[in-house]
Amino acid sequence: MDLDIVALSRLQFALTALYHFIFIPLTIGLSVILAIMETVYVMTGRTIWRDMTKFWGVLFGINFAMGVATGIVMEFQFGMNWSYYSHYVGDIFGAPLAIEGLMAFFLEATFVGIFFFGWDKLSKRGHLATTWLVAIGSNFSALWILIANGWMQNPVGAAFNPQTMRMEVTDFGAVLTNPVAQAKFVHTVSAGYTVAAIFVLGVSAWYLLKGRHVQLAKRSMTVAAAFGLAASLSVAVLGDESGYLASEHQKMKLAAIEAMWETEPAPAAFTAIGFPDEQARETHYALHIPMVMGLIGTRSLNTEIPGIAQLVERGELLIRDGIKAYDALQTIRAVPPGGVVPEEATAMFESKGPSLGYALLLKRYVDDPRLATPEQIARAARDTVPPVAPLFWSFRVMVGLGMFFILLTGTFFVLSVRRTLDAHRWLLKVAVFAIPLPWVAAEAGWIVAELGRQPWVIEGVLPTAVAVSNLGVTTLLITIAGFAAIYTVLLVIEMKLMLKTIRKGPEAHAPAALHVPPAVQPA
Amino acid sequence: MILHELISYETLRLIWWLLIGVLLIGFAVTDGFDLGTGILLPFAGKTDLERRIIINSIGPVWEGNQVWLILGGGAIFAAWPQLYAVSFSGFYLAMFVILVALILRPVAFKFRSKHEDASWRARWDIALFIGGFVPALIFGVAMGNVLQGVPFRFSDDMHIFYEGSFFGLLNPFALLAGLVSVAMLVMHGATWLQVKTEGAVAERARTFGSVAAIATVVLYAAAGVALWAMVDGYRITSAISVAGPSNPMFKTAEVAAGAWFANYAAHPWTWAAPVLGVAAPLLALVFLRLRRAVPALLASALGIAAIILSVGASMFPFILPSSLDPRASLTVWDSSSSHMTLFIMLVATTIFIPIIVAYTSWVYKVLWGKVDGQAIADGNGHAY
Repeated sequence: MDLDIVALSRLQFALTALYHFIFIPLTIGLSVILAIMETVYVMTGRTIWRDMTKFWGVLFGINFAMGVATGIVMEFQFGMNWSYYSHYVGDIFGAPLAIEGLMAFFLEATFVGIFFFGWDKLSKRGHLATTWLVAIGSNFSALWILIANGWMQNPVGAAFNPQTMRMEVTDFGAVLTNPVAQAKFVHTVSAGYTVAAIFVLGVSAWYLLKGRHVQLAKRSMTVAAAFGLAASLSVAVLGDESGYLASEHQKMKLAAIEAMWETEPAPAAFTAIGFPDEQARETHYALHIPMVMGLIGTRSLNTEIPGIAQLVERGELLIRDGIKAYDALQTIRAVPPGGVVPEEATAMFESKGPSLGYALLLKRYVDDPRLATPEQIARAARDTVPPVAPLFWSFRVMVGLGMFFILLTGTFFVLSVRRTLDAHRWLLKVAVFAIPLPWVAAEAGWIVAELGRQPWVIEGVLPTAVAVSNLGVTTLLITIAGFAAIYTVLLVIEMKLMLKTIRKGPEAHAPAALHVPPAVQPA
Repeated sequence: MILHELISYETLRLIWWLLIGVLLIGFAVTDGFDLGTGILLPFAGKTDLERRIIINSIGPVWEGNQVWLILGGGAIFAAWPQLYAVSFSGFYLAMFVILVALILRPVAFKFRSKHEDASWRARWDIALFIGGFVPALIFGVAMGNVLQGVPFRFSDDMHIFYEGSFFGLLNPFALLAGLVSVAMLVMHGATWLQVKTEGAVAERARTFGSVAAIATVVLYAAAGVALWAMVDGYRITSAISVAGPSNPMFKTAEVAAGAWFANYAAHPWTWAAPVLGVAAPLLALVFLRLRRAVPALLASALGIAAIILSVGASMFPFILPSSLDPRASLTVWDSSSSHMTLFIMLVATTIFIPIIVAYTSWVYKVLWGKVDGQAIADGNGHAY
C-alpha cells in the first residue's frame, strides 16, 4: 500500500469536507432563524418581520447554493477515493446516506425553491409551512449524516461476513440509536445554530454601528441573541465528549485530546493548557485543574480514565488477537463453496473476529499480517495514537471559543431584554469582529472528531490506510489542484456576494412590503 | 430480526435493480430538462431578458430535481456498494469532470443575476452551458462504456484494481452513446421551454427541439445497430445462486457475441423498450410541430425512460461487466447489499418516495404557468 496515495486521499477529503462544513452550519442554523422570524410575521402580521425573513433569506440562498454544490462532492468521494471503504462498509454506511436523501435533502431542496419563488403564490401560512419544511429538512439532513458519521466512530450493529469480505448490518436499530451519533447530532446542530446566531448578531451590529436599518437590525439581534444563547449553552453542555466514553474505542481520542500520557488515579486532573510533546510523551508547562477531567469524562469520582501508554499496550494485545482472527479468516476462505469449514477456525473467528481490524493495521508494514515481526506489531500499536498536539489545541480552541460565545450571546440577551442593544458601541464592534469565530470553532470541532479517529476510518474495524482507492498519484494531484482552484475562486465570489448583499442591505426588498395595502394587513 | 425475510433476497435484488432504474429515469426525466435547458441557454435566448426567462423557467425546481442524482448516488451506495465502489473509482476523472460541472451549476444559477455587468453574466451563461452539456455527455459516455465492459478486477481481499485510462473511455461507441444522451436531453429541455415560455424563446426552443428529437431517433438507432454489430455482450457460464452471498468471484462469466440481445430473443415483450425509444421521440416531434407543449414534454420523458430501460433489459442480469476479468463482473445476483439492508432500504423507499412525489407535484402545481418578463420583474430580487 502506497502511503502517498493515502496521504493525498486524506488531504483531498479533509479539504473538501472542511470546505463543505463552511456552509453547512450556517444553512442549518439560518434556516431555523428564518422560520422563527417568519413565524413572528405570521403571528403578529408586522411586515418588518417578513422583510427580515426575506433579507436573511437572500444570504441563506447564496450560502445554500454553495452547500449543495460542495455536498455532491462529499457523497461521490466515498466511491471515488475510498472504494475499499465503500465495499467494506457500504452495507451499513450507505443506508443513512440514502435515507438522508429520501427523507431530508429532497424536502429541503424542493421547498427551498418555493421559499424564494412562492412569496406571491402562497398564502401566509402556506409560505410559513414551506420555510419550516426547509428548516426541518436541513436538520434531518444533519441527523442522518451524523448517524453515518457516528457509526464510523462507534461501529455498532454490524458484523464481518467472510464470504463477502465486508461488514454487514446485524441490528439497524443499534445503528440508529448509537449513543455517539445522538451526542454528535445534538452537538453539531447546536453548533450550527450558534454559527448562524453570531452571523446574524454580527451583521446586525454592523448596521447599528452604521445607523442603518436600525429597526430590522435590533429585531434580528433580539432573535439571534436569545437563540444563540440557548444554542451555545446546548453546545457546551451537550458537547460530544460525553459520547466518547460511551464507545470503548474512543478512549484513545479522549486521552489524546487531554494529552494524558499515563493513566492517572481517579478522578483525573484536567490539563487546561500545556505543550504536548509527542517525542518525549509528556506535556510541558502543563497547568492542571484537579479532578475536573475525571468528572467530565466519567461523571464519577472513582472511575479511571486510561492514558495513552495503557491504551497502546491494550492495542498491542488486540493486534495479536487480530492476527489470530486473520489466520482463521484465511482458513475459512480457503474452503471451496459447499466445503466443510474446520470447526476450530470458525470458533477462533467467532471469538477473535471483532479484532480483525487491528490485524489490518499491520498492512502498512507487511502484506500478510501473520508474518509480522514483534517490532512491526509494536509499531502498529504505536500507530493507534492519533496526533496529540493538533487534537489538544483544536479542542482547546473550540472550547475556549464556545465559552466566549456563551458570554457574547448572554451579554446581548441581557441588552435586548433591557432594550439597550445599541448603548455600547464597543460591544457592537466585538460582535462584528466575532463573526468569523464560530466557523473557527466548528472547523476545529471537525478536526477533533475526525483527526481524533485516526488511524482508523472505522474505529477499530478498518484502518484509513487500507480504505483508499488504488489511484495514481498524478490523478490525485490533478483533482486536489482542481478542487482547490475551483473552491478558492467560488469562495472569493461567494464572500463578495455576501458582503455586497449585506452592504446593500434590505432596502432592495422594501417595495415588496408596499404590495400589500395597509388595509389588508392584520393588526 | 427476521422481519426482513418476509421478502426473499432474490426478490429484493430484483426490486432494487428496478429501483435504481427508476432513480436513473427520475434523474434523467426531471434534472434532464434542467441540463437540456442549460445546453439550450446560449442558443434559445439572445437577449439578457430572454436568458433570464430561460433560467427562471427552471429556477425554482432544479435544486429539487438534482436531488434525484444525489439520491441515486446514495441508493447505489446503500443497495449496490460494489457497483458504487467500482464505477466511482474506475471512472474517477470522468466523475471529477461531472462534479466540476455540477458545482458550477448551482452557483451559476445563484450568482448570475447578482451583478448587472454583461460580461459577468456571459461568463455564468457559459458555466450553465457547461454544467448542462458535460454531465449529459459523460453520463451517456459512461453508459456506452458499461455496455462494452470496464477494465477492472478484484484482488484476493476484494480490493478493486481499475486498469483503464480516462481517454480510453472516449472510444467511438461510448461517444455515440454520449451523443444520444445529449440529443435526448436537449429534446427534453426544449419541450420544457415550450411549456414554460412563449414568444421568441419558445419558437427557438421548438426548432431546436424538433432537430434534437430527430437526432435522438437517428443516433439511438445507430447506437443499437453498432451494439449489435460491434459490441460483444457478456454471459454467466456457471450456475448462479440468486440468493447467494454478494461476492462476484463465486461465479464465472465470458464475453459472447450477441449476448446483449439474448434477453430480447428470450422475452420478446422486452422489445417494447427499444421500440418506444424510437417511437416516443418521434411522437414528441409531432407534438412539438402541433404546438402541443405538455404532450410533447410527456412523450419526450417517455422516450428517455424507454431508452434507459432498453439498456437495462439488454444487460440483465449484468450491471457492470468487467472486460479485464469477466468473472469479476457485477451482476444483480452477486453485488448487492445484504438481505437485511435491502429490506430496510425498501421500507424507507416505500415510505418516502410517495411523499416526495406528492410534495414535488404540489410544488410544480404552485409554480404552474409561463415565465415571462413580468414574472421576473415581480421576483423582488429573488428571481435568478
